[in-house]
Amino acid sequence: MKKVQMLYKTLYTFCLIGLLAACTPQATATTAPATNTRAEASDTSEPATSDSTTEAPTEAPITLSLLGAANENDAMMIEALTNAYMELHPNVTFEIEVAAAGGTEVDNLVKTRLATGEMNDIFYYNSGSLLQALHPVESLVDFSREPFVDNIAESFLPAVSQDGGIFGVPVGFASAGGVLYNKKVYEQLELSVPKTWDEFAANNNKLKEAGIPPVLQTYGDSWTAQLFVLADNYNVTQAYPDFAEDYTNNEAKYAAIPEAMAGFTHLQEGFTNDWWQKDYATTTFEQGLEMLADGQVAQYPMLTQVMPTVATNWPDKVNDIGFFAQPGTDATKNGATLWMPLAFYVPQTSSHIDEAKDFLAFVASTDGTDAISAVVTPAGPYLIKGAKLPDTVLPFVNDLNGYIDSGNAYPALEFLSPIKGPNLEQFCVAVGSGQMTAEEAAEAYDKDVEKQAQQLGLPGW
Amino acid sequence: MTSNMQSRAVLRTYPYWFYLPAAIVFGVFFLVPTGLSFYFSLTRWSLFDATFIGFDNYITFLEDPMLMSGLRNTVIYAVLTMGLKVIIALPLAMLLTSIIRLKGLLRSILFFPTLVSTIAIGITFAALMQPSAGLINTVLGSLGLPQPDWLGNPRLALYSVALVDVWRGIGIATVIFIAGISSIPQDYFEVARLEGGTWVKFRHVILPLCRNATFTVILLAFIGGLRSFDLIWAMTRGGPGFASDVLTSVIFKEYQAGFYGLSTAGNVVLFILVTIIIYPLMRFFNRMEIEL
Repeated sequence: MKKVQMLYKTLYTFCLIGLLAACTPQATATTAPATNTRAEASDTSEPATSDSTTEAPTEAPITLSLLGAANENDAMMIEALTNAYMELHPNVTFEIEVAAAGGTEVDNLVKTRLATGEMNDIFYYNSGSLLQALHPVESLVDFSREPFVDNIAESFLPAVSQDGGIFGVPVGFASAGGVLYNKKVYEQLELSVPKTWDEFAANNNKLKEAGIPPVLQTYGDSWTAQLFVLADNYNVTQAYPDFAEDYTNNEAKYAAIPEAMAGFTHLQEGFTNDWWQKDYATTTFEQGLEMLADGQVAQYPMLTQVMPTVATNWPDKVNDIGFFAQPGTDATKNGATLWMPLAFYVPQTSSHIDEAKDFLAFVASTDGTDAISAVVTPAGPYLIKGAKLPDTVLPFVNDLNGYIDSGNAYPALEFLSPIKGPNLEQFCVAVGSGQMTAEEAAEAYDKDVEKQAQQLGLPGW
Repeated sequence: MTSNMQSRAVLRTYPYWFYLPAAIVFGVFFLVPTGLSFYFSLTRWSLFDATFIGFDNYITFLEDPMLMSGLRNTVIYAVLTMGLKVIIALPLAMLLTSIIRLKGLLRSILFFPTLVSTIAIGITFAALMQPSAGLINTVLGSLGLPQPDWLGNPRLALYSVALVDVWRGIGIATVIFIAGISSIPQDYFEVARLEGGTWVKFRHVILPLCRNATFTVILLAFIGGLRSFDLIWAMTRGGPGFASDVLTSVIFKEYQAGFYGLSTAGNVVLFILVTIIIYPLMRFFNRMEIEL
């Protein structure tokens, strides 16, 4: 019996120690290589300044490794680009690695690989605030002196720049955040596209009377809950033009500015007025898309970049879906919040920097965009100068281009400021499911933002 | 003379050399990382560099508005799962040590959930608990019973996960109880049989003489509950909102967000908290332990 007791005690001890040990393998793995990255950075700065990239690379066989996308449609775009490039350069082969999971898991994969110097030659990752957290100046190859940068639309460059360096080449289309709606349902009930929040609410009442859940929420995938807040940036900027700058400098808070808090207030309104469909708390994103395509719900606050998935999964229904910008307070100031596409980046630790740059020059050309158009349904305008969309595009793309062509579009906050609080999605779910008020969530989110700003080491926080 | 002294020194110390391999493994994989984690908890650490910032991480962690609800949920979860495991496992162990048919098969069935991957259990139960099409609610509906939104209702989510945790952990607890009951000398059962029926056997033999096993189940289940993460993450990711957030999921989300220093500080806090709760409990139980 004594022995058994010893065994129990040993078990407890290991349980306790396991608690601490659980968080530490990263500690040992990453401290030493962190200095490596910087040592290699100085090695590779020379090829970055030499301007020889437009010449064709040497004909010796080369394999470029590429960390691709978790999402199927993005993977198709990447494959279209690499296949077209390999046809032009038979000596180059690509080894595409699929980032198995999306979201924060990819963030950690990318950060760990960069820190340990084991990143692929090229990787595909978000632009905007997520890129800023990668410390691009220290870890990525700067393209600002490359001729191909001139082919990239100026509106995209801030999303991949830091301290004067330009680090990414856009892959695919600009998209917008707002409301995707089922046009058939709108026609049936003779509704018109709302330009103000009051019109939106009036539409929702009519939809409810007709027995159709007005607004789809999919908290089974909590990132989808953020749209009312994020896609409101056009409206926030109309009311408070310097919001992004003041927010970055710790001078503007969500809780203190009603226009900034409006996104949270909208969520609260949706919950109190019972706009959501049944089971909104557990519905997943994919289930939601199908419900929207089927017309089981009328509207989905979402990004237009999800539409290629609809086009692939429900090709006969994709034409029923349109897009409108998130309604604000003033019908004359109605406009859309824009999202920049993801981009390709090259780590300073790559041993094929010149070859990778040559590929990126192709991606930043109209040949590259044509290769994408041949395979994927365009979901918005390209950010490569001179790139053309096919003559017929899906209805939602026309809706989106309407806002862009008339100049009524403005980037989302995450492309104007490096700070995005990591818990926004949970706060949005909490408000949308009635667990928190808009004020409580805005205040808590301001604290969340503060943590992120401190982690980034920004001045003034 | 010197060689004699040397050999005597070798003789005196040589048993300790056998500890060396274990000591190296323990040092490299446990002591050093533990020490490092204390250091990194005092830094703002971005994987690229670490800036020393003193106790700021601890202050930020403890000021987190979601921490208190996470802490409350952790305690509710640990106490609930521990209590249910003890209450359910002990009668089960009695049943499975009595003379019944198919004892071996029943024991295996009971132990089976322990062998399944927790993530698989989480995903399976999340599907079973789906509010409108899930099996559980379909059955409840056909019986005319209410169909709660097990994981979507913020008031229910934590308890739904706790129930699944009990289902998963009951096997281990029962096995420990079976071991405890089996180690009770048969004489006591003989006396109990003469004195009265099952109740006497339970109240005056098994309950007191199984105390060591009970303490073990309580401690293991409680520690497990306090640091439980995988099942909660697979089923709700701490949601909806923050409704089923526990300490470990708060820490994990900070790690995911790239707050490596902050999440390490959170782990240190968790370590201290578990130690503060468990250590006195362990001392108390050890004093109460009985020799058979």
